[in-house]
Amino acid sequence: MLLQQQRKRSRIVKMADSGVTDGNEKKGDIERAKNEGKELTKEEKQRLRKEKKQQKKSKEKKDDKAIQESGKETKGDSSAVSAPQPSTQSTAQKVPAPVSVPAPEAPTPAEKPPKSKAELKAERRARQEAERASKQSKKGDPGPQGAVSKSKAATNELQPVVKRLPEHIQVDNPDVLKKLAKKLERQQIPLRLDYGYKVSLFSHLHQYSRKAPLTQQLSIPSTVIHPAIVRLGLQYSQGIVAGSNARSIALLHAFKQVIRDYTTPPNEELSRDLVNRLKPYISFLNQCRPLSASMGNAIKYVKKEISNIPSQCKEEEAKRKLLFCIEWYIKEKIILAAKAIAESSIEKISDGDVILIYGCSSLVNHILCEALEKNRKFRVIVVDSRPRLEGREALRRLVQRGISCTYVLISAVSYILPEVSKVFLGAHALLANGYVMSRVGTSQIALVAKAFNVPVLVCCETYKFCERVQTDSFVSNELDDPDDLIVTRNGQTHLEHWQQEPPLGLLNLVYDVTPPDFVDLVITELGMIPCTSVPVVLRVKNVDQ
Amino acid sequence: MPGPDKETDLTERVEAFLSDLKRGGSGAGPLRGSAETARETTALLRKITAQARWSSAGDLMEIIRKEGRRMTAAQPSETTVGNMIRRVLKIIREEYARSRGSSEEADQQESLHKLLTSGGLSEENFRQHFAPLKANVIEAINELLTELEGTTDNISMQALEHIHSNEVIMTIGRSRTVEAFLRDAARKRKFHVIVAECAPFCQGHEMATNLSKAGIETTVIADAAIFAVMSRVNKVIIGTQTVLANGGLRAVNGTHTLALAAKHHSTPLIVCAPMFKLSPQFPNEEDTFHKFVSPHEVLPFTEGEILSKVNVHCPVFDYVPPELITLFISNIGGHAPSYIYRLMSELYHPEDHEL
Repeated sequence: MLLQQQRKRSRIVKMADSGVTDGNEKKGDIERAKNEGKELTKEEKQRLRKEKKQQKKSKEKKDDKAIQESGKETKGDSSAVSAPQPSTQSTAQKVPAPVSVPAPEAPTPAEKPPKSKAELKAERRARQEAERASKQSKKGDPGPQGAVSKSKAATNELQPVVKRLPEHIQVDNPDVLKKLAKKLERQQIPLRLDYGYKVSLFSHLHQYSRKAPLTQQLSIPSTVIHPAIVRLGLQYSQGIVAGSNARSIALLHAFKQVIRDYTTPPNEELSRDLVNRLKPYISFLNQCRPLSASMGNAIKYVKKEISNIPSQCKEEEAKRKLLFCIEWYIKEKIILAAKAIAESSIEKISDGDVILIYGCSSLVNHILCEALEKNRKFRVIVVDSRPRLEGREALRRLVQRGISCTYVLISAVSYILPEVSKVFLGAHALLANGYVMSRVGTSQIALVAKAFNVPVLVCCETYKFCERVQTDSFVSNELDDPDDLIVTRNGQTHLEHWQQEPPLGLLNLVYDVTPPDFVDLVITELGMIPCTSVPVVLRVKNVDQ
Repeated sequence: MPGPDKETDLTERVEAFLSDLKRGGSGAGPLRGSAETARETTALLRKITAQARWSSAGDLMEIIRKEGRRMTAAQPSETTVGNMIRRVLKIIREEYARSRGSSEEADQQESLHKLLTSGGLSEENFRQHFAPLKANVIEAINELLTELEGTTDNISMQALEHIHSNEVIMTIGRSRTVEAFLRDAARKRKFHVIVAECAPFCQGHEMATNLSKAGIETTVIADAAIFAVMSRVNKVIIGTQTVLANGGLRAVNGTHTLALAAKHHSTPLIVCAPMFKLSPQFPNEEDTFHKFVSPHEVLPFTEGEILSKVNVHCPVFDYVPPELITLFISNIGGHAPSYIYRLMSELYHPEDHEL
């Protein structure tokens, strides 16, 4: 009876030890991978993450069981309860991943009461066997690992994507801020500080002041960041380059300059080193102004092209290839797409139309100018809003071309809408659940247009389609400089000293989301689609790539 | 002689008031609040009653109607002037009827018999002379003045019935009534207020600073962000310039958008309006947005040459249909928009709707 129990206990301890060494050995795997400098593939990363979770769970269960066990030890009964479990363990031991290893007896001898000689012997024996087993499993590890990764690859399509939350919507989490600060320090980029009192609803977002640009904190000459990128960052933060198309094109041009000036350091591969070079630039630009969805897609494309450069390619040829790829992207996704969209939209504009536009969208302006050249007779109403007043720029461009325009502020839109026959809106991004993310005020115009039964058409290129989903304007947004809201009227500036009055806050949102029931049609270069077909287009794009 | 001096003094007063109205209406927003206008109008009407020469109620009513037409023509968008005139006319009718002995209330119920038989009977009745009529009318006008002075307080007293703690309340522009309402509630409850600044005059800024001085947590947002923020708002409380006879509003521009956004999110829209803002006008295609101000506020002259090629509009008011409104809070309590027509028949006589 005693021998049986001992054997069972030893098996249990072996399981426990092997579980622990298994975990240790996985850690060794990770260290090895890191040291080699190889990037862990997606599957490996997921597997490692799962294993870490399992280890955490097993540690918790070990602690629980330790408490249970210490209680049971006092009672004198130990392995009877935990006996059925190790049998399941033995079958699962070969597969490294998902089965939990709830070690019934925690190998923390400090917690246990003094053991008998037999138990000590059993433990020693178990340890030896465990070391032998670990040596064996080291050899046999690539085998089961490969099998596991193959099975994982097969189910990749519908596997839940393990996403990391972007840092810019977790400002209220001090751990995330610390991580960001460390990362920026490593990349030698200054951290931009938040400014002013943030409205509590938006405490999870950054709020910067335009008067304190990031470039003031950079030393000259800065060896880490390319001067073209510094200039671009300054243009972003001061609002000189604004609008998603303009920002993407400026970014791609700056990247082209970076690639032209790049030389591969010795003992490095261009495909890996250039991507690593681009990372601090992207962090810097993100600090100057949070990246837009179009910029994000452009960066993904550039990184993919760089990493696809074969290693035997010479530097000159590789650079030429990359420059060509970027130029192709700009031409195809932005310029030609605009032409295609203009052609389809002109079918929707008839003579005698009164068209309402909001703010300054380069695409909508292009469409209207093209329609004028095709001799359509229409007039335009430009709606504008404080504090950005971008509509004035659109007004100037349209009036220069000779289009007859009317100009109102957004509060007068209920007055002017009975005259309007169509509303054309631009978009910053189209989200996967059909919501349109655009300049703040767009959803309001769509709402009032719906109330007056005026059709709303959104024009958007496909490179702005984004896989994120969002239902309100709070969770992910951009907060602009709150001082922009201050204005002087009749010689009085009421909000001048808003910082001194603690309960007063100013909110300057940049984007908002329009629900798909307000939008009647989305015009893209792939055709005219309803708002809800955005995930279909995304899927088609992913399959193509 | 005291007579002509009084008369010239009276006409001077009236002329001063008219020029004030003309000046005060144009420019960046009203220089005076509607409550002050109402009080001044009523005071002026009392003076007219006291000093003008009249022998019967009909004469007095003619004089007041004439002056009233001039006053409303001076500033058509200031409807409180017309409202007060109609109130005083109703007072005169009541006092006359009381002096005559018949109960005006019975006459008011327009029985079918009365409608069919008596046509212009009521008009002739105002020719009788009653000695104490003057004193009675002046006393009644004094009562009206006291009522006017207490309207804001009466409305603010109801604040705690409508605001609970930790609410987010939205408002637009600047309304003295709403400001008093919120400050009264803030003495006992803690809540958050979001103020839409209401371009181009940005009266919301002043409202926000006043509220924050009272210790209320306030946030100022641009007009464009109204829909974006509305999902977090529990109640919308606004003031208005006029309450129209169908229960709709003529309010500052941007209010219609706010009302539509509130309807979309099923947020209740509460209008704080004292009774002197209730006007017997119905909304009309032509005159619903009949007030515009200089477009310089919208597109300044510094924009240069494009100004000559562009039409710029700067309307001051918005029409809000009654379907979008949940509740009216006035100095006599809370009402639904569908009840407004009944209140109107209590305040004004139907023959006075056209001055």
